[in-house]
Amino acid sequence: MGLDIRLPIGMMFSLLGALLAIYGLVTGSDTDLYKSSLDININLWWGLVLFVFGAIMLVFGLRDRRSK
Amino acid sequence: MQLHLIDYSVMLIYVGFVIGIGFALKRYMKTSADFFLSGRSIPAWVAGLAFLSANLGALELVGMAASGAKYGIATCHFYWLGAIPAMLFLAVFMMPFYYGSKARSVPEYLKMRFDERTRCFNSMTFAVMTVFASGISMNALAKLLQSLLGWNYHLSLWICSIVVLLYVLKGGLTSAIYTEVLQFFMIVLGFAPVVYLGLKDVGGWSALKATLQGVATDPQKLNLNSNSFAPDAWTSAWTPIIAGPSANPMGVDLFAMIFGLGFVLSFGYWCTNFLVIQRAMAAKNMSDARRTPLIAAVPKMLFPALVILPGMIAVALASLGKDHYRLPPVIIADSAFKTAVSDVRDGAVPNGNLNPQLLSDELTAQTGLHFNLDKITALFQENVSSPTSLTDAQIRARLQDAVTEINYDGVILSLVQKYCPPGLLGLALTALMASFMSGMAGNVTAFNTVWTYDLYQAYLAPNKSDKHYMMMGSVATVVGILISIACAYVARNYQNAMDIIQLVFGFVNAPLFATFLLGMFWKRATSHGAFFGLCGGTLTSLLFHGLTLPAGNATGIKGGWITVVQTFPSEMAQNFWLASFAFLACFFLTIGISLATSRTKSDEQLKGLVYSLTPRISEPDQPWYLKPGFLASLLLLLCAALNVIFW
Repeated sequence: MGLDIRLPIGMMFSLLGALLAIYGLVTGSDTDLYKSSLDININLWWGLVLFVFGAIMLVFGLRDRRSK
Repeated sequence: MQLHLIDYSVMLIYVGFVIGIGFALKRYMKTSADFFLSGRSIPAWVAGLAFLSANLGALELVGMAASGAKYGIATCHFYWLGAIPAMLFLAVFMMPFYYGSKARSVPEYLKMRFDERTRCFNSMTFAVMTVFASGISMNALAKLLQSLLGWNYHLSLWICSIVVLLYVLKGGLTSAIYTEVLQFFMIVLGFAPVVYLGLKDVGGWSALKATLQGVATDPQKLNLNSNSFAPDAWTSAWTPIIAGPSANPMGVDLFAMIFGLGFVLSFGYWCTNFLVIQRAMAAKNMSDARRTPLIAAVPKMLFPALVILPGMIAVALASLGKDHYRLPPVIIADSAFKTAVSDVRDGAVPNGNLNPQLLSDELTAQTGLHFNLDKITALFQENVSSPTSLTDAQIRARLQDAVTEINYDGVILSLVQKYCPPGLLGLALTALMASFMSGMAGNVTAFNTVWTYDLYQAYLAPNKSDKHYMMMGSVATVVGILISIACAYVARNYQNAMDIIQLVFGFVNAPLFATFLLGMFWKRATSHGAFFGLCGGTLTSLLFHGLTLPAGNATGIKGGWITVVQTFPSEMAQNFWLASFAFLACFFLTIGISLATSRTKSDEQLKGLVYSLTPRISEPDQPWYLKPGFLASLLLLLCAALNVIFW
């Protein structure tokens, strides 16, 4: 099939990751908000994980597309 | 639970992407083969992850966490004893026949190998079963979202269905498979942080184990089980099973576990269910088709950490009483609340006609649930001392909290609720939605293929144009989803009807693997043998169910409706034994009838369909470490290692 699924996966997770990380940065000073996640700013950290995962998917997808 | 803008944004982005994938694939859907079979063009890793994801419906996710809480680590047997060996067997021994025969579906293979009767039997039960299963799963999820998040039942049901409908309609199987891969990552990445936070909160793996050892010796305290067990009952996979049915919370003996679950039920599901096999059959060539289950086996092996561990964490948290966490109680039905609240208002007053015990009994009579007497007493006394100070909503919440029965299916959502701040909450709920959609899309795509190829084309309208069948596929997709929705509503209102239907499908499925096993590996198996063997096996399960009963149940839907000959310690044990009997009956009947009847298909006709008549596949261009046999042996070794580590 003509669509490489890595591209939409990469796009979606880098978008979601960026969104969560930025939200985490903005709300980072609100200690009440992160009481439930054991005082870890989980939005920031997990957002970064998602972003890196998405970026890796995108890099591989785009690399193959160029070589074709 | 309050959702914020950020949570809705996460959900919307996900929905936008899955629908977008459907529309992006629309232009590739030119023939019915594109729509139903993905044009046999899917790379192995994509097919592999879709293979897993299609099975990972919401019911699986929610149910595994529930079993993790109820039975502990022994739940892993569904993976390490059941699924993995079956998937490896499928890859090495059975895939060459499914893929190589050019059959378009599993029932079509049965037609090629035997005759129309077996195919008709299999395709009809499969088609009906998939839409019903989908409906039951939809009802369960919508109910859960309603009770725990306060979402509108109808709205969540219809919105999820319409999203699935849109992308399956546009992109057929390809779009189901592609979104399943995306959903796979969504499920893993959405739940992993919740599990991490839970494990950290309990104090790590060794602290979790220590806490669960305390639970095992006194599970009554949490209302988990009425018996007491050895300390390792929740934390060892094999020792409690070997010690016998009374020593493990599953109530299962070693034979039922290994033969019933490990062999009959697991191989029956993973090696014959078109829902998952369809993903492998869409692979672009034989090597990729065989590698599909092998690739799927790797994450499958690790899944217990994601789906079973949360249940164990929840039990440990409840046992530790961390932040007053408790296992979620069964929700009191809306209809019972009104009278329950007025009971408190009228009865719990100075000089009233009730005392706490009577109130509790009264509530039990109305709701069918049991109540914690201490909590009811506290509520009673509070209301007596100032009869007007508590609002209806407060009384309602207090009553709900006093219910002692556990709603195991709510365990995973209760952890999400506990640990997720806004943002992560949206991600975790999206993961739940993703699992729901992947399961549903899996059912729908399997249904529309079997309906169109094995029932519509075979019996109702043969020799029509390809365009006609493609149109039929779209119609079947819409109708399939509508019937599923109807089933969800039936399940909501008539739970018993659904229990009976599921039971009947259990009867049909139990012997099925014997038919495939003999069909693929014994050329002498005849079509009479297969058909009557299968019927005999199904009748055996029916009979077995009528003659046995799990302990502590009334005769009827749970069994024993003929007469009770044998009781089992648990429903699971009954189920595993039933499968074993049905399999053996089908196996020996098929052999007997085959030997008594003459063959209708020659060796030449069975080439490519039966093991001994098919030339071995040689893959000279593949290095040895990529050959299915080698990979499967390696994975089997890893799986055995996991069994030993958690022995």
